[in-house]
Amino acid sequence: MSEKILIKGNEALAEAAIAAGCRHFFGYPITPQNELAAHMSRRMPQMEGVYLQAESEISAVNMVYGASAAGVRCMTSSSSPGISLKAEGLSYLAGCDLPAVVVNVQRGGPGLGGIQPSQADYFQATKGCGHGDYRMIVLAPNSVQEMYDHTYASFALADKYRMTVMILTDGLLGQMMEPVEVAGGEQTVFDKPWAVAQGKDKQVVNSLFLKPDALEKSNLDRFAKYRRVEDDEQRYEGYQLDDADIVVAAYGASSRIARNAIDEARSRGIKAGLLRPITLWPFPKTAFAKAAERARAFISVEMSMGQMIEDVELAIRCSRPVTLCNRVGGVAPDPKMILDAILEAKEKAI
Amino acid sequence: MEKRILIAGFGGQGVLFFGKYLAHIGMEKDLHVSWLPSYGPEMRGGTAQCGVVLSDAPIGSPLVVEPDILAALNLPSFLAFESKVKAGGTMIYDSTLISQAPSREDITVRGIPATRLAEDNGLKGLAGMILAGAVLSALPDIDQNVIAAAMRDNIPERKMDMFDANMKAIEMGMA
Repeated sequence: MSEKILIKGNEALAEAAIAAGCRHFFGYPITPQNELAAHMSRRMPQMEGVYLQAESEISAVNMVYGASAAGVRCMTSSSSPGISLKAEGLSYLAGCDLPAVVVNVQRGGPGLGGIQPSQADYFQATKGCGHGDYRMIVLAPNSVQEMYDHTYASFALADKYRMTVMILTDGLLGQMMEPVEVAGGEQTVFDKPWAVAQGKDKQVVNSLFLKPDALEKSNLDRFAKYRRVEDDEQRYEGYQLDDADIVVAAYGASSRIARNAIDEARSRGIKAGLLRPITLWPFPKTAFAKAAERARAFISVEMSMGQMIEDVELAIRCSRPVTLCNRVGGVAPDPKMILDAILEAKEKAI
Repeated sequence: MEKRILIAGFGGQGVLFFGKYLAHIGMEKDLHVSWLPSYGPEMRGGTAQCGVVLSDAPIGSPLVVEPDILAALNLPSFLAFESKVKAGGTMIYDSTLISQAPSREDITVRGIPATRLAEDNGLKGLAGMILAGAVLSALPDIDQNVIAAAMRDNIPERKMDMFDANMKAIEMGMA
């Protein structure tokens, strides 16, 4: 086993991107993601890469648009209000089928909100945050090691499907330190015949289709690709799930807190388990449907006002009661309130 | 074994460095560790705190709400967190800066005049590390090798000339 280093989640994200071959980073400051951009500003020159602090989030995402069209691995990062500004660019990236990695280290909202951790951008990330019919692959790490591993994997996913991969994390995971093993492995190199580059024949990377038939076809082709992603890329982790009567659904930071509550419930003889989506899109519907065969009730633990709960209900076709257990505005749930929700669900369902 | 440790004081007292040192101690002992700072306006000259969890099992929540061990470096932290310490836990505080008597009787309390000790021994600025030594003496199985190795990992290369002073501060706190 290689040696572990103690680093912040935000720094792990940056290191993983570099390890994956990203040499173009475009950012704009915002708490709580600043360590990511700061780390890139130190490391990119060492790697003979490009670190560019744009004049706004909108510029940064459009620099990603240009760099990706030129065929290089590139990234931008921000936190919630900044992601709203990037929304137009994300739609354009999708309309051109360009690969990109975009990081959202979430903070409380709406509006300028606060700077403490939140998960209130779930809808924004999973339902498409700009205009038009499109999807992004959304990965939700729950440890600093996963911040590294999922970011490392995200560039190949983006290239494979020519899609934006969003790393949806939050201030808690961005700011915390844990030991990380920086391994990696081989990166797949993708041929990019569609990319514009010097010395090549004319290539057009564009999202404008004035003829409705052509635009319809581009949408249908893109959604055929999205169906393949839904079939092949659903990822989740189960903890104490196999015999669970009460299934707690939680991702990212709140899934860690839920784990403590599940341990406490198990010590009291209650069969509680955790189903943690790692891909928020595609949502791990198959795993939820399977869990619903045995489970009596579901609880969605969120740092939002009830967003993921809708995907849980859809995935299990409302076949079991689903309750919400949440804190918002930068406040994290504590294990006790999740345990209380488990006890209440058990009382009602069993 | 799981120890949840909260370190709290003013910005500039070395609270985050203190916490990182404990995290490195955990890594030397092959434990699971997490380190979570307060961030935001506090970092710009108000209070600073950080929570460290050391565990032999994977760590769930990194938030330290009810610490097993509290290190209070100033009066506001002492007032805010004394009541949060888990029954049977430990509170270590800088009695140079905190003259108020602790009110809990169900926890172990250790007041150490860390700021005065640091000044008297040429360790100005290292009062926090004296308290870190006191935290180490409240943890199981910490030997000299672990203490030194964690310190080497914790001090940035450019400040390695501070190694001996930091080690001396730790030893004073453990005494």
